[in-house]
Amino acid sequence: MSAISGEKTALLRVWRGGPDQEGRYDTFKVPYEDGMSVLDALRWIRRHVDSSLAIRYSCINANACKTCMAVVNDRVEYTCTARLEPTTVTVKPLPKRSVIRDLVTDTTPAEEKLESFNQERGQ
Amino acid sequence: MTHLSTDVLIVGAGGAGMYAAIAAARNGSSVLLLDKSLVGRGGATIMAQMTVAAAISHQEPDHWTLHLADTKEAGRDICDGVLSEILCEDAPKRIHEMDQWGAHWAREEGHIKQVVAPGHSRSRCCYVDFLNTGPAVAGTLRRQVSKMETIKRLSNVAVTDVLVHDGQAVGAVGLDVIEGEVVTFEAKAVILAAGGLTKLYSRNSASTNMAGEAYALALWAGAELIDMEFVQFFPIAHLAPRLVGMDPIMWDPFRYKLGGRLLNGNFEEFIHLYGGSDAGKYTAVRDLASYAILKEVEAGRGSPHGGVYLDFSHLPEAELRGAFGPVIDRLLANGIDLTKMPIEVGPTAHYQMGGVRVNGRMETSVNGLYAAGEAVGGANGANRLSGNAISEALVFGERAGRFAAEQARHVTSAWNARLAAPAVDQVRTLQEHKGKSGVHPVTLQSELKDLMWENAGPFRTADKLTMSLARINEIQRHDFTDLAISRERQFNLDLQDWFELRAMLTTAEAVVTAALARTESRGAHQRLDFPDSDASFVKNQVLQLKNGRLTVGWTPVVQSQVKVVEI
Repeated sequence: MSAISGEKTALLRVWRGGPDQEGRYDTFKVPYEDGMSVLDALRWIRRHVDSSLAIRYSCINANACKTCMAVVNDRVEYTCTARLEPTTVTVKPLPKRSVIRDLVTDTTPAEEKLESFNQERGQ
Repeated sequence: MTHLSTDVLIVGAGGAGMYAAIAAARNGSSVLLLDKSLVGRGGATIMAQMTVAAAISHQEPDHWTLHLADTKEAGRDICDGVLSEILCEDAPKRIHEMDQWGAHWAREEGHIKQVVAPGHSRSRCCYVDFLNTGPAVAGTLRRQVSKMETIKRLSNVAVTDVLVHDGQAVGAVGLDVIEGEVVTFEAKAVILAAGGLTKLYSRNSASTNMAGEAYALALWAGAELIDMEFVQFFPIAHLAPRLVGMDPIMWDPFRYKLGGRLLNGNFEEFIHLYGGSDAGKYTAVRDLASYAILKEVEAGRGSPHGGVYLDFSHLPEAELRGAFGPVIDRLLANGIDLTKMPIEVGPTAHYQMGGVRVNGRMETSVNGLYAAGEAVGGANGANRLSGNAISEALVFGERAGRFAAEQARHVTSAWNARLAAPAVDQVRTLQEHKGKSGVHPVTLQSELKDLMWENAGPFRTADKLTMSLARINEIQRHDFTDLAISRERQFNLDLQDWFELRAMLTTAEAVVTAALARTESRGAHQRLDFPDSDASFVKNQVLQLKNGRLTVGWTPVVQSQVKVVEI
């Protein structure tokens, strides 16, 4: 779905791919409103264009959960507080974490991951 | 497939779940604490910027029975006496314990500082500066949880089903969203601490995690729900200008400390027209304030974004900065200068008073299945006081953990892998499912959220409720059965959305069914076609699934008989 013509839009270039992949950038045209966050745009993309986009967030807006970090135009940002501009914005996963998929990187404490539970495996 | 076993399994790791984990562990149980986000980071607790009510008598003389009297008054005659007594009597213990664990409650002159929130007759509400109560509570509990070796934490796992055998909860099935792997859990007791249902509404104040899973999981397991018609709409959530990096309900603490004036679109005060009072003081309780605001909007006297104005421009900047320091700069960065402009506020879905029906031991009607926190229904009746939600999370969490540990000492595991097979197959089927409709779960979630906001929100009528119930049932029978799920294995949100939507539909059906059956207005449940309270409805509504159908029953209110100790 493209934005209604005549209204302001933002172009989001979003990195897509999995672990150890070169990946690619998908470009999405998103309707722009004053004050929007980058996360607002990513959530709009999931609802209206491509629900397979992997993003992580919880509190949406409050900057309380601290789980929505990504690289926005070469700066590490919380996507919930990074303001969107009606121009081209590039979003990619955090650089020093291993990629799970798309914008989601491995930020879970080691002892809280399923892979750390190896008791009684293999049913 | 991974299989994990534990004494006590806890679904949800907000305030209630983490406190339950600590209590179960110190009562001798091994604990597995699950969260579909990250432990201690998702859910409602971390977003609570406001206060925690407890009669600790630091600010002024107080008594838990006074807290109880205020809670009952706000609850419009239908609070479950057993639960509200426990809430008010135990809250001071939890505040003191949290203090020992380093929660850093705001202090003055050596004592914990307490403020009055609307509906409280004493200065009773503790907080952490600045607007940091929730993160401080979550952080404190998280630190305690990580110190206890018998608590294992598992993040990124959404529980899809609780397993019951011969009337006994024996475990659960979950989906690890990171790897797309099914996990089965074997437990002697299961605690539902997955919070509320704010995600059912397009306008809501909470995190994205709470899609009513606790209620749906309870119903599917055979447990009862109580008073599901009572969804609290927070009256003065932020509407405009667009504000990022702040909780939309942040204006409540501003009003505690600074008063502020609530004005309609013509910049006139209006709360007094609806039986409350405002006049620069924050005294109107939530149901009354939401009602007054929406009535003004309906009469064409709203603000441009469909709410009203909240104004602090009569206050000097020094007073604003004294009360909220760095927050004033965060507002300026959002283009909001409170000394010059009002902001727009309006009602938004905030909290569920109803929920899983439990006794004073937090036991549901299913042996071995417990609930804690917002998931529990009844303590707050038809309307919750500000400050009671975190108290409830801590108090009910502690009790659920303690009694679940007791249960775990007395039962042996009745696990049987065959019980898990249908739930496991469901995940596998979806992972292979193509879906011809082309509609993804997130799209249907949006439709359901709009449907609930428009028809089962702050104002209700039989026509709108009936229409929305018909659409919910149609979605369940048709649209839901052939959704498109993307094929990626790792972090597949379509798959997580599908399970969320399944729970949202069940919980929405429960809310709408209960709202239809209560043909009166009381507290947060406002029926435009039955505008008055009806004494014959001083009773609690009980929902249960029988042969796949939701049944409605009524039960007399267990009224608290405790005498108020006047101080």
